[in-house]
Amino acid sequence: MSLLRVDNVFKHFGSLIAVSDVSMTVEPGELRAVIGPNGAGKTTFFNTISGFMVPTSGRIIFDGEDITTVLPARRVWRGIARTFQITEVFPELSVRENLRIAVEVAAGYRMSPWLSQEADGEIRARVTELMDTSGLADKADRLVGELAHGDQRATEIMMALALKPRLLLLDEPTAGMGDQETYDITQLIRKLHREQKLTIVLIEHDMRVVFHLADRIMVLAEGKMLAEGTPKDIAANEAVQAAYLGKTAA
Amino acid sequence: MNSPDLNKQIPNVVVWLLLLAMPYWLPAVGGYPELGTRVVILGLAAMSLNFLLGYTGVLSFGHAAYFGLGAYGAAMTIRYLVPSTGIGILVGILIGTIAAAIIGPLIIRLRGVYFAMVTIAFGQVFFFIAIRWNSVTGGDDGLTGWTRVPLHFGFTTIDIQNNPLAFYYLVLVLFAVAAGIMAWMLRSPFGRTLIAIRENERRARFLGIPVDQHIWMSWVISCCFVSLAGALYALLNNFVDPRALYWTQSGDFVIMAVLGGMRSFWGPLIGAAIYVVLQDYLSSQTENWQSFIGLFFVLVVLFFPRGVLGMIRRKVMS
Repeated sequence: MSLLRVDNVFKHFGSLIAVSDVSMTVEPGELRAVIGPNGAGKTTFFNTISGFMVPTSGRIIFDGEDITTVLPARRVWRGIARTFQITEVFPELSVRENLRIAVEVAAGYRMSPWLSQEADGEIRARVTELMDTSGLADKADRLVGELAHGDQRATEIMMALALKPRLLLLDEPTAGMGDQETYDITQLIRKLHREQKLTIVLIEHDMRVVFHLADRIMVLAEGKMLAEGTPKDIAANEAVQAAYLGKTAA
Repeated sequence: MNSPDLNKQIPNVVVWLLLLAMPYWLPAVGGYPELGTRVVILGLAAMSLNFLLGYTGVLSFGHAAYFGLGAYGAAMTIRYLVPSTGIGILVGILIGTIAAAIIGPLIIRLRGVYFAMVTIAFGQVFFFIAIRWNSVTGGDDGLTGWTRVPLHFGFTTIDIQNNPLAFYYLVLVLFAVAAGIMAWMLRSPFGRTLIAIRENERRARFLGIPVDQHIWMSWVISCCFVSLAGALYALLNNFVDPRALYWTQSGDFVIMAVLGGMRSFWGPLIGAAIYVVLQDYLSSQTENWQSFIGLFFVLVVLFFPRGVLGMIRRKVMS
């Protein structure tokens, strides 16, 4: 059974139709990329999956259940975590504190007025594990707001990962990054996908990243789905080349 | 690992020593017992407000409503029901907290200036009830004809009625309990979700924190302790009038918190101390004392945006 199914989603803002009749099916363990020119409706489409927006019509099915109108926090409890195009972290807290909050909430302690020593030990261990996975260990006690953009993004991804998601949504994970940072983040995503068999849907502008990572690619243009298929199919698709790849090449 | 932890305890030790010994050093610097009690009570109110303002990032401009409800709750209980200070305080806290719990769901979805405006509006509702309901509340003249009552335990009696020192220490004990609970909560996983909301509400929501629910809890906790402060305030004065509910009283709490430093636990207490002492001194010199406090506030906000304690802390760090 597919993990995520989006059926005929529309999103209108007044007379503007940002997303028009888009459907998508994501299998467990798949890494799906959503690409398209600026204003194609990628982020809006993404927002309907994460619960940031409710679609005007259409349905979102996660793990067999209709979550179209479920609130964001409850989608997180069901196993959907996301990052944002503009990094959303707790800038005035350290990397360790950022991750600790995520780990505590994921472990169900969000209302706890205290922690047993055992629980505290488990949380610390998990935080350390996350910092090691992402190479943030040597910056553990730095304030996130003072870190380089790439490290802030890595922190955000690790916070999402701390939630032990079954579906990870990444909105332009390499936006605004230099070559080295882009490479590092790409490697991190690849590692999460390969080693932890995580299901990932990402929006990305950088074609090298997309063709390097994705199992399947969906192309949006002007709110509509233009094409869908493996990286090879997409590279060979004439409509896509005309609408999108052609433009970048020119 | 050990020494930074110990260093962190230094401010706590200093504050507690100063508070415990206040009745003994205050007269030496020109104060009197009631002044110290006032500082502790208003400090508690400002710290309670700051639980919401400084640690959850939500600005309430209507905390006087719950302060006043605590005050009227205590006063009316002693005046009309039972002459017991303890029961008066309990009823005051209950009334303030229940009112906050009921009003909470109506306002927690609002943010920023809208939240502040609606908290003012609800505060004014209680203010006008207190003014108009003359026969019960004493209206504009306030509720008189009662005093705080000595505490009777089976084995002994503590005369908080005539002995200001005994009353000071009763207030200090309750202050310690309230401050202890707030400090403990802020260091818990629950407290960290509040700081998460302050830092980045969107991220908090997408970590799976039901933000509105947590803001409601923070609001109720904050209002619970501010109504305790209100009850103690009525007992201190043996009197309560509608000004305790008026929106300018809410403004005073905000000023105290910002003055002292709303990003620090003790900041609002320092702010309250500065405010109360300045008010006490200036109001005996000039009728325009409020303009001087206003000027001082503007200077602090302009030059020390993190408040007096924030400034001291930076000096110590560098």
